[in-house]
Amino acid sequence: MIDIIIDITLLAFLAITAVAIVRLTNLLAIVMLFGIFSFLSATLFVVMDAVDVAFTEAAVGAGISTVLMLATIALTKDHEEKKYSSHRPWLPLAVVIATGAALVYGTLDIPAFGDPESPAQKHVATYYIEKAMPETGVPNIVTAVLASYRGYDTLGEVVVILTAGIAVLLLIGDNCPKSIARNHMQEGLKGKEIAHNLILRIASKTLIPLIILFALYVQFHGDYGPGGGFQAGVIMSSAIILYALVYGLDGAERVIPSTILRLLASLGVIIYAGVGVVTLLLGGNYLDYSVLADTQIAGQHLGILLVELGVGMTVFSIMLIIFFAFAGRGRP
Amino acid sequence: MIENHISLLLVVIPLIAAPIAAILPWGRASWMLTLVVTSACFVLAGLQLWAVVHNGAISYELGGWAPPWGIEYRIDALNALVALIVSAIAAITVPYALLSAEKEIPKQQIPLFYSAFLLCFAGLLGITQTGDIFNVFVFLEISSLSSYALISLGQRRQALTSAYQYLIMGTLGATFFLIGVGLIYAQTGTLNMMDLAQRLPEVTSLKTVHTGFAFIMIGFALKLALFPLHLWLPNAYTYAPTVITVFLAATATKVALYVMLRILFTVFPDGFVSVTPTGDLFLLSGIAGVLTASVYAIYQMNVKRLLAYSSVAQIGYMAMGIGFASFKGVTATIIHLFNHALMKGALFMAVGAIIYRIGACRMDNIEGLGRQMPWTFGAIVIAGLSLIGVPGTAGFISKWYLVLAALEQQAWLSVGVILFGSLLAVVYMGKVIEALYFKPASEANLSVKEAPILLLAPTWVLVFANIYFGLNAEFTVGIAEHAARALGVAAK
Repeated sequence: MIDIIIDITLLAFLAITAVAIVRLTNLLAIVMLFGIFSFLSATLFVVMDAVDVAFTEAAVGAGISTVLMLATIALTKDHEEKKYSSHRPWLPLAVVIATGAALVYGTLDIPAFGDPESPAQKHVATYYIEKAMPETGVPNIVTAVLASYRGYDTLGEVVVILTAGIAVLLLIGDNCPKSIARNHMQEGLKGKEIAHNLILRIASKTLIPLIILFALYVQFHGDYGPGGGFQAGVIMSSAIILYALVYGLDGAERVIPSTILRLLASLGVIIYAGVGVVTLLLGGNYLDYSVLADTQIAGQHLGILLVELGVGMTVFSIMLIIFFAFAGRGRP
Repeated sequence: MIENHISLLLVVIPLIAAPIAAILPWGRASWMLTLVVTSACFVLAGLQLWAVVHNGAISYELGGWAPPWGIEYRIDALNALVALIVSAIAAITVPYALLSAEKEIPKQQIPLFYSAFLLCFAGLLGITQTGDIFNVFVFLEISSLSSYALISLGQRRQALTSAYQYLIMGTLGATFFLIGVGLIYAQTGTLNMMDLAQRLPEVTSLKTVHTGFAFIMIGFALKLALFPLHLWLPNAYTYAPTVITVFLAATATKVALYVMLRILFTVFPDGFVSVTPTGDLFLLSGIAGVLTASVYAIYQMNVKRLLAYSSVAQIGYMAMGIGFASFKGVTATIIHLFNHALMKGALFMAVGAIIYRIGACRMDNIEGLGRQMPWTFGAIVIAGLSLIGVPGTAGFISKWYLVLAALEQQAWLSVGVILFGSLLAVVYMGKVIEALYFKPASEANLSVKEAPILLLAPTWVLVFANIYFGLNAEFTVGIAEHAARALGVAAK
């Protein structure tokens, strides 16, 4: 009963936020609402017991993407210009209604959420629940599936992140000739108010080591609890972004130069894919960690540790590459 | 050791090469790496096709976990053929890219450009090789993201807006696909395609499965640029850098079509296409696409855009083959999938050679260039004849089998559309040839020289392929029939 009330409340907030996002024209407010939207989604995932997903949504959706959107607004404008376009809204409206209707139709005979008899629970899921611990030695089943059973998908996801980073570098990287807009962000970041605000400086100095420590915990504790390389990489990068926001971009780039970031981003993917190559050379199939050590469990442990490290490295450096690319645009 | 892992290495080699290409300091070094990788993949894809045809389907367990618990690579004649097309076109495009990309892409961006190219290549091969429907989504994201970035690198500012348009449409397509996969997972509990094929017949009457199927089809129809969801394609192909247009036009839509075939005929039970209105919708979209896009092509003033509309029309022919839902129809679709890669690859390469020399390809810019650039002109003529479907070229084989498939079902309207579509192709290719050869050259064009051999040689490799596979259809038809059988389409 209480579950239903929580669900209805959260979904209602979600709908209200969505409508508000559509109605508002102040982009700064919209970005904040996007953050709230992500947090509400994360809460819904927690209600559904999907804590790993909730963690990622909170770190990526509410955290880093809000920062990136703010950086974009700093480059452009903070309000939406209403233009009277010749677009007729009827076709898009019809498409949206048809899609919504199709989704409702599709869920008419879908098994109820959490139904233990549903196909989603009775087929592969049963196998993972029974075998993940004895076969991989990892108590967190999500990590076992993500890093081992479907480790190849995760390699693909890390490559997606790398691709996003390369795409941003190609479009608005350091030596990109298409950059025309000068940005005010740089002045904003160097602005006297922020840099000289004692409270901010001291608070961030205290926070940054803790954030890094927490990131390391999330990175290496992913086998046992929610977390892993994706979340850890995002959290770690947020520490550097906080430093950049308070002490200026130049300082942050002195801490981690962009050439090093590029190397790290590539290295992360090479480590992940390289673990697979090592397993090939040891006579196993690609990404079959069991051949990495004497026992299957030890091999799985080592393999998962290494690939999560690769994930963390790539995610961390790509997030920073994207942030620096946006924030540093138009610098002399 | 290598023979057991061919199907895996085909994807992993470019996947590992991409981050390396990104950190190489010199553009030429990245190009060299890309050349070596694509050539190696071409050889591996050839070996893989040979192995599949002679020893039957290959299954590779990633991570050493048996399917459906782990991810499986499953290769039969159809995806082996598509993988061969993708890697062959890549291996031919990369030598061409050396000069063309150096002219169109800023020097300092070249290492990242090749890195993104390798990612796109790896993504397309990953989609082709996998036997796991969620793995399709992951590699689709890799190939899509990299192609948005690559398209945006075109010299004109419109490249940015057309890449953005493609990004929105492509992301919608990918989201629809993911929703579809989720709905089907809810009723089957599995993601492995062979496992789905076993479990789906019991649940095909459910609303969830029908909806999931529809979402997957619309998602890939967007990626495939199936009429009327093709609106992103003409802009993307027109404004992308030449090399990227060549590569994407010859491979990306083919891979999207492959996924559709796989889901329609292998994952879903035989007959699902004809029981539901799916087949008719494909036929309708195909007919409308062939007619509309061909007419649009006639009115284009930019040669690249003209060829892009022609691509939409050619996708229409492939959709018609699916619409017949017969062994002959699917065989014709697969044959055309192969042949269209050859003709469009050659045509876009030849137009790229003109762009390399004069920096544009509008009808009024290229007047009289045919006499100045005889080899480029020759390539356009022969590949154009193949596009029209003249006997002796690869295009004729496609049209012939498609007409046979239509005749088998006494679909007279379809036969008429296929023949009329060829007539329209005569008109739009005729326009290009008229401008190139029969219009007097302007002052500026009189001093234009023939394109460098590094651009001509890859173009002519594809031109000869058009002639060879037009005269000797044994390979294409044999493999296509093999592939249609492997798909699970019942031969009548």
